[in-house]
Amino acid sequence: MQKTYYDPADLKKFGKISEWNQELGDKFFDYYSTVFEEGALSAREKSLIALAVAHTEQCPYCIDAYTKDGLQRGITKEEMMEALHVGAAIKSGATLVHGVQMMNKVNKLEM
Amino acid sequence: MTIKSLQKRESDLANTNRQLDILSNGIFKSGELPTFKDKISETNQFPLTPKKLEILQINLGYMCNQVCEHCHVDAGPDRKEIMTRETMLQCLAVIENTGAHTLDLTGGAPEMNPDFKWFVHEASKAGIKDFIVRSNLTIIRANKKYYDLPDFFKEHNVHVISSMPHYTRGKTDKQRGSGVFDKSVKALQELNERGYGRPGSNLRLDLVYNPSGAYLPGDQDALEKDFKKALKEDFDIDFHNLFAITNLPIARFLDYLIASENYEDYMHSLVEAYNPAAVSSVMCTNTISISWDGWLYDCDFNQMLDLKVASKVQHISEYNEDLLNDRTIRTSQHCYGCTAGSGSSCQGSVA
Repeated sequence: MQKTYYDPADLKKFGKISEWNQELGDKFFDYYSTVFEEGALSAREKSLIALAVAHTEQCPYCIDAYTKDGLQRGITKEEMMEALHVGAAIKSGATLVHGVQMMNKVNKLEM
Repeated sequence: MTIKSLQKRESDLANTNRQLDILSNGIFKSGELPTFKDKISETNQFPLTPKKLEILQINLGYMCNQVCEHCHVDAGPDRKEIMTRETMLQCLAVIENTGAHTLDLTGGAPEMNPDFKWFVHEASKAGIKDFIVRSNLTIIRANKKYYDLPDFFKEHNVHVISSMPHYTRGKTDKQRGSGVFDKSVKALQELNERGYGRPGSNLRLDLVYNPSGAYLPGDQDALEKDFKKALKEDFDIDFHNLFAITNLPIARFLDYLIASENYEDYMHSLVEAYNPAAVSSVMCTNTISISWDGWLYDCDFNQMLDLKVASKVQHISEYNEDLLNDRTIRTSQHCYGCTAGSGSSCQGSVA
């Protein structure tokens, strides 16, 4: 048994999840690849969204995958970092907007 | 940081046998990854054999005004290997009788060969209609004696294929050296002024993109769209097509992969992206590569690994097209670079 939760080599084995449930695995990978095709959004834009979400989800596999994917698409590091700040802004905004709930509660409880 | 050629650095990798050792041992010897031979045998494509010869690719010398980090030629100002007029005359004798229709001139910077213009003139007289010059662009602005190159290219209807790793200054200069982006932009504008690359123009101007790091190129069409949009908006530059070329793990790129501990992952990426459909169209099937000193190779990459053609005929002085067409193509693990994804050749994707 490995001694760490994450191993970079495991990313290459992602496809193996289908071995224990072929039907759902196939459906997932089919869905996944369709999502990233050119559509109303370009594949390039989707790659940047994926990179930002990879960080907000704190998924090391996804960060590896979509950093490389971005480089392959010619996305610059400035674009990548801006995408991350979008993710970070939503995460911090999501924390802070709950402050209104805190304030409501304080205002209700305090004399 | 100024980069020197592997040869100048007296690097271990300046020895081509050392490069071939690395490509044959390690993860390929242990069976972690299949060898190229085993892989193409799965679809009965081994051994690779030539189809109709279409292109003579002549390397006019390894001298270059640039020292790019990824260069598979290990070219640079410190390389003195230059094709002599005597070897050019041997090439011309071949050109007069060849079935090939295209002459593809490469280097180094082919324009730095002092007999470059003479050779193009003579080859033109010998009946070549389709010239390709692989220009690094900055040579056009490097010295006054090269300022007339755009006019010279136009006069001979030369098809210019130029390297341009990115449409941003930062990524371009990182790979090819400080100031390269601005000079390349100026050179492209000069070519555009003469009609090169403009929509509908017969003066062909194509760009070559290759990744600036240990990753494969993305989709050629999507990259072309991004390059066209950015270069047009920012600099009013037009070009015809973008060729996305995969970096092959040889010479300075191999050195970089090993030094940055990316070699094994990169080879995994190449093998995972292997596309059997690309095998039948790899450039070694329609090209003969000729080195500055007249030796014959299956491609420019094999030339840099000193893998001469597997034929009785190995030198331009004894050139015999029938015998050459009867050969098998020499391969090693670097060949995965030409069969990854949509494939890669000097003309970009092949599948």
